Amino acid sequence: MTVTDNSTQMWEERFAAIGGLDTMESSAGELVARDVHAWFGKRMVLEHVDLTMERHKVTALIGPSGCGKSTFLRILNRMHETIPGAQLAGAVELNGINIYDPRERAASARRHVGMVFQRPNPFPAMTIRENVLAGLRFNKVKGADADAVVEESLTKAGLWNEVKNRLAEPGGGLSGGQQQRLCIARGLAVRPSVLLMDEPCSALDPTSTRRIEQTIAEISQEVTVVIVTHNMQQAIRVSDHCAFFLAAENEPGCIVEAGSTEQIFGSPVDPRTDDYVNGRFG
Amino acid sequence: MEPIKIKPLRPREFKPSDVVVLALTALSTYSITWIVFHQLTLFSGALGFVVIWTLLFLGLYWLVNRQLFTRQVAIDRFVAALMTLGALLMFLPLVMVTSFVLIRGWNLLSAHVFVATQKGVSSLSDPGQAGVAHAIVGTLEQVGLAALIGVPAAVLTAIFINEIGGPFTKTVRVVVTAMSGTPAIVAGIFIYAVWIQAFHQGYSGFAGALALAVLLLPTVTRGTEEVLKIVHQDLREASIALAAPEWRTVWSVVLPTARSGLVTSILLGIAVSIGETAPLLMTVFGNKLMNSNPFSGPQAALPLLAYQQIKLPLQSEIDLGYTAALVLFLLVFTLFVLARIFAGGRLKGPSFARMRSRIVAAGLGATAMPDDLEANGDGTDFQNQQRPTGQEGELGRS
Repeated sequence: MTVTDNSTQMWEERFAAIGGLDTMESSAGELVARDVHAWFGKRMVLEHVDLTMERHKVTALIGPSGCGKSTFLRILNRMHETIPGAQLAGAVELNGINIYDPRERAASARRHVGMVFQRPNPFPAMTIRENVLAGLRFNKVKGADADAVVEESLTKAGLWNEVKNRLAEPGGGLSGGQQQRLCIARGLAVRPSVLLMDEPCSALDPTSTRRIEQTIAEISQEVTVVIVTHNMQQAIRVSDHCAFFLAAENEPGCIVEAGSTEQIFGSPVDPRTDDYVNGRFG
Repeated sequence: MEPIKIKPLRPREFKPSDVVVLALTALSTYSITWIVFHQLTLFSGALGFVVIWTLLFLGLYWLVNRQLFTRQVAIDRFVAALMTLGALLMFLPLVMVTSFVLIRGWNLLSAHVFVATQKGVSSLSDPGQAGVAHAIVGTLEQVGLAALIGVPAAVLTAIFINEIGGPFTKTVRVVVTAMSGTPAIVAGIFIYAVWIQAFHQGYSGFAGALALAVLLLPTVTRGTEEVLKIVHQDLREASIALAAPEWRTVWSVVLPTARSGLVTSILLGIAVSIGETAPLLMTVFGNKLMNSNPFSGPQAALPLLAYQQIKLPLQSEIDLGYTAALVLFLLVFTLFVLARIFAGGRLKGPSFARMRSRIVAAGLGATAMPDDLEANGDGTDFQNQQRPTGQEGELGRS
């Protein structure tokens, strides 16, 4: 997997100046995608994607199915490359550090950019507590006060009061919404700079969805959030910024319009955005 | 107006009166069959009797229920009876094999058998003098070594095929499939030719273990592969997204999730190898004395002893063979129970804690739940949280 970037010199200098991801502090980070292209095999699925996801803000990626939103999201924490045949060009900067720099390990990028998936997926062989601590264990983080991490992460994810008396029970025993919040807590426990969410509410009922949305609003104090959603109302409710993706038939997806949520939904510039956010297609 | 008594269209309960109907139907059809068989015709033979009895019973049972209840009930009962009889038919061979060995091996079974060997036992000896301790030791060592060699190799192979992959995945899978078709005797000849002949090693338990490992490997590999396939891709992704290296994902997420299935496939492999006689003929050879060193000299083994003894002329010798078979039964059973207790996942199936809390909620028990309140405050040592509680596994599977 290589990054075709012409300004290798620039990355060299920057790497020397600010160091790599491993030395980066854990606080909300700014994520910038620069001229990202992506392929599955020979088929190009994303073209010329430039997007800035601001610190402490919630950025929603919207657009019809198959336009590359999820692919783009997975590019942001190097999950894209785990798919056989997946390729990429461009750069993704986290606080000015290119996560696709050849000197960076994929694991470092994933440690700083966490992810919550469409379907709640707590590890069934672990207890609630172990689920929260899984990231620390996988990354061999020593010296952390486990109890404090568990309480803090679950509190941030809005789950602490519901599970504090049954931390030793399996994570799979929770309801769907609780499981999803457990996954959020699991993602937060490693103190990422960014949390990516791939349609986190699509498998949940309206009440659980509302809880997750509240949680998103709360955790944006701590981390930058990027969320893929098919639900326009949800995008309006949770996001500060929006990026509208669109792919013409058999063409790679690209960003049609990006801006503040107010602007995208209130006064979209591109007629296609107007059509989409007003439900005229998609 | 009189309130209409509502009855379900298809009653599911089976009342005592229904049991009486069932028993009387069986009895009357038995009588009819007896009359047909012994008074009216010249039929003979138990098989024919049972077949005709069964058919008559099913027919009459349907008819009786049709008369007493509705059409749906009659069909329900008829199909239920058919299925139950089918299940009993399937169960029959198992009962027969088990009871045959149990009855034949019971004669000599005593505590003495487990401690004595065939040392100094001749045709003229007292029938109770011989024991199978040497064969128990031999089987345990051979199968233990075989598992030690075969299980890690098999699990790693399955992990390679399913988790890592690469250009050779298909080849490896084909080879494993081919291996699972290897006749047991060929595995024995192979080890005999390669280990004992070519390398000039003598007969030994280890040679037997090698042959058994050859047989165990494909079974465990295929079983493990199937189990790993079931582990949802979401979990691997979640693990990777938490920056876990690939080996971590396999070790901490995939294998624990597949734990109970993993144990089953390993047990299956051990079950396949522990009863094998053919590969031991040319590798272990058999021994009347205790040889507890598996790396040197011929050893005894339970299946081998059973095979060798039942060919002998004297009843006491044959009885010892059946006793060896019975001990093998008991050994396998014990191993399986132990494996289930130790390896039955603590978080598998319907959680014990959850079932218990349901019981508590139903007011059937008012005890506190110490496990739920137990604080796992062990700092950063996340590895040592194994807490084997066998009941869950047992409940989930038995």
